[in-house]
Amino acid sequence: MRSLTEEETRTLFTKLASYTGRSLNSLITPAEDGSQSVFRLQGSRVYYVNKDIANLSVSFPRDQLLSMGTLIGKYTKTGKFRINLTALDLLAQNARYKVWIKANGVMPLLYGGSVLKAHVARFSEDCPENAGVVILDSNDVPLGFGVTARSSAQIAKLDPTSIAVHRQADAGEYLREEDTLFTT
Amino acid sequence: MGVGRRMKKQGPPAPLDESKITMLKKRKAGGAEAPPKPAPAKRRRSDADEAVSKKDAPKKKKVNGAAPKADSKEPKKQPSVTKKAVPVPMSDDDEDMEDDDDEFGDLDGISEGSMDSDDEVEGLSDLEDDNSVVDSDEEGHTRGAMFSDDEDSDAEERLTAANIEGLSRKLDAEQQEEEEAAEQEMQEAALQTNIAAPDVFADQTQQGLAPDLQLLRQRITDTIRILGDLKTLGLPGKSRTDYIDLLLDDICTYYGYTRFLAEKLFNLFTPREAFAFFEANETPRPVVIRTNTLRTNRRSLAQALINRGVVLEPVGKWSKVGLQVFESPVPLGATPEYLAGHYILQAASSFLPVMALAPQPNERVLDMASAPGGKTTYMSALMRNTGCVVANDASKPRAKGLIGNIHRLGCKNTIVTNMDARTAFPKAMGGFDRVLLDAPCTGTGVISKDPGVKTSKNERDFLAIPHMQRQLLLAAIDSVDHASKTGGYIVYSTCSVTVEENEAVVQYVLRKRPNVKIVDTGLGSFGSPGLLSYMGKTFDPKMALTRRYFPHRENVDGFYVCKLKKTAVTPVAKSDDAEPRSKGPKKARSAPSAASTDDESVDKTPIVDENGHAADFEGGAFSSFEDPEDAERIARAERNRLRRKGLNPKGVLNKPKKSKVSVSEKTSETATPSQKEETEAVASKRTSNEPKSEKKTVVKGDKKQVTTEKEEKKTAAKGKVEKKEKKSAKKASK
Repeated sequence: MRSLTEEETRTLFTKLASYTGRSLNSLITPAEDGSQSVFRLQGSRVYYVNKDIANLSVSFPRDQLLSMGTLIGKYTKTGKFRINLTALDLLAQNARYKVWIKANGVMPLLYGGSVLKAHVARFSEDCPENAGVVILDSNDVPLGFGVTARSSAQIAKLDPTSIAVHRQADAGEYLREEDTLFTT
Repeated sequence: MGVGRRMKKQGPPAPLDESKITMLKKRKAGGAEAPPKPAPAKRRRSDADEAVSKKDAPKKKKVNGAAPKADSKEPKKQPSVTKKAVPVPMSDDDEDMEDDDDEFGDLDGISEGSMDSDDEVEGLSDLEDDNSVVDSDEEGHTRGAMFSDDEDSDAEERLTAANIEGLSRKLDAEQQEEEEAAEQEMQEAALQTNIAAPDVFADQTQQGLAPDLQLLRQRITDTIRILGDLKTLGLPGKSRTDYIDLLLDDICTYYGYTRFLAEKLFNLFTPREAFAFFEANETPRPVVIRTNTLRTNRRSLAQALINRGVVLEPVGKWSKVGLQVFESPVPLGATPEYLAGHYILQAASSFLPVMALAPQPNERVLDMASAPGGKTTYMSALMRNTGCVVANDASKPRAKGLIGNIHRLGCKNTIVTNMDARTAFPKAMGGFDRVLLDAPCTGTGVISKDPGVKTSKNERDFLAIPHMQRQLLLAAIDSVDHASKTGGYIVYSTCSVTVEENEAVVQYVLRKRPNVKIVDTGLGSFGSPGLLSYMGKTFDPKMALTRRYFPHRENVDGFYVCKLKKTAVTPVAKSDDAEPRSKGPKKARSAPSAASTDDESVDKTPIVDENGHAADFEGGAFSSFEDPEDAERIARAERNRLRRKGLNPKGVLNKPKKSKVSVSEKTSETATPSQKEETEAVASKRTSNEPKSEKKTVVKGDKKQVTTEKEEKKTAAKGKVEKKEKKSAKKASK
């Protein structure tokens, strides 16, 4: 387990910033009570974890340390960063763009479908095309995240069955991908 | 195994069969109770007198009319009786039970009768249903026998010339009946002594046939009743053991337990309660979900689920986060709320250890056996995501589910490790404020969830598993920081009801670690106190502060919770115990002698010392260690050991040589004193008996001594020259 290198940090932050925008800063600045969270690399996986806990966890052997704090995602072999469903909490708190879906769109999303225009209840203002977006249900419960297929202006003109947001992760993965979600 | 028999619906039995089976008993019960009830019958008698000739016809009518009433009345009465014995709600079963307990039912009907004349008739009507000929007869007797005094005066008053003849005839008849009744009563009294006994032991002959479950059940209830009052109900020739033997056999057949397990569980309770326990193991426990307070609160979760059509209510006053689910049209493990981490499916019993532990914010807490994470996430929620929760589990596949739950429920203060908690803690990390040990167990408390336990657990498991639990609990205690301002607590829990895994383990630990004491669990009066003595063993008086939970009493899974507080450092002398403990798993496999493994090695050392005198004689062969050759062999064994562990011996051994030193120390530990003496005494006499491997337990040492004796005799006979030659040849070959 170690902290990220310069390059790794850049890759990670670029990815996160596509969802969070400027509020990425709030992730890396200490909270008002003085506690600070840090990114740690274990194997190819990146965890976002309180600094105290990160310091405690060094006492465990690497191969026996399975997880700590929140899993954000992992580096692929080509050096890209793939963000994981478990980062949803983090993204939802700091998201730049959000989309709220109606009740009839919840189950299709949880079964791994994309968000259709008919399911969209509300969209963040001036959302561009291909921007990272967090998907919430009507009670503000985050259910997943994805990438917009059209800018918010264009979406209004789409027909109901066309895709509004390409799904990247959804809460249904906790069941569907139970076996592979945390394999190291 | 599949579902138990009670879970499949068994319709009520055909009434005719039932009556045939229990007819005898019913009559006896009725007959026994009927006589001392004069009041109601008297009234009826006076009715009868008014119309002597018409007596029979209306009576019959009345009886027939009342019969259905009796039937309708009984079911109402019955459940209250059965429910007292079995607090678990079993709506389907009540009918069954009622039929089985028919003899009680009769008693009920009759005792009612004393208050109400109609009911008296009903009670008798039952009898009449069975066999009208006999019963009409009987009715007559009882009446005649009971009320002759009153009747006489009645009859005399109304004596006239017209009816004198009829009355006198009637009186004669009554007198005759009276005699008959007396006779029959005598017979019945004779039968009375062995009211159910012949039934209990009668059916045993049919061995090869598939057991008739209904009869079997009947016999179980009968036997239990007899055991409740053996003096009056038992057969003269049969002892309590016979009855218990029979009962256990029946229970094994009826519920499908192995004899061993049935006996073990049976011994925990009175026969009646044991029966209730076995019954409760056949019915599923209620489905309970726990609100994740990190994400939502109970009120809004309940609202959300109710909107989905789920029927639920708070689980009880003892928990603020539990919701009991009665029925749900949607799968509870796949609702959007579940996936968003608003709740987790968790048995009510597994709330309890965490509530007892009561972790506070900003503490460092350890969960030693944490998968699948219900308790871990509960702890995390109680700490509001502050501090640190170390969740360990020895199984990697199970740890996957644990990580999933932790992330789903949004617990950010956790570290998940996959280690053997016996050896890893406190080595890897200590100084915890609180430790939860929900130990792996035989699962005798959750038989309703996993009926496989009924057959899969054997004697060995009940030795090996408690042994492991002891090791874990010792490790847990050692991992706690006694000086913690807020904590210093250990909670030990199992989902098992047997004493071996609960009180006995705690008692052992209290002896081994005098620096811990049992404290109140803080769970209030929910549950029953731990046992203070069991089968001749007495436990610490504070064991009453621990809590036991049973499926038939609290309708939660069988569970045990004990809270310990560490008050001081573990004394240095006691830390020796940690040494053999670290080698625990090996020993557990080789010799699963539950309590005594630690003591054994200590006890046996002096025996070697004692032989110090005889060392000259015995140890002449035994003592001579050839250091260079030893070193060679020790090194080889060490390399093998490392290879077995999957390490590269070259890499490890060339570096610090630490492990090697420790190993050689270990070997010398057991035999050092004798070895020294002996080497001094017979330094010149060096024969070839040295340890063959570094794994040297005391037991082996004993064996060696025996062999050395033999060999010495041999050498005496053959001469030592030969041997030395062999020796040198060996050396040369190396």
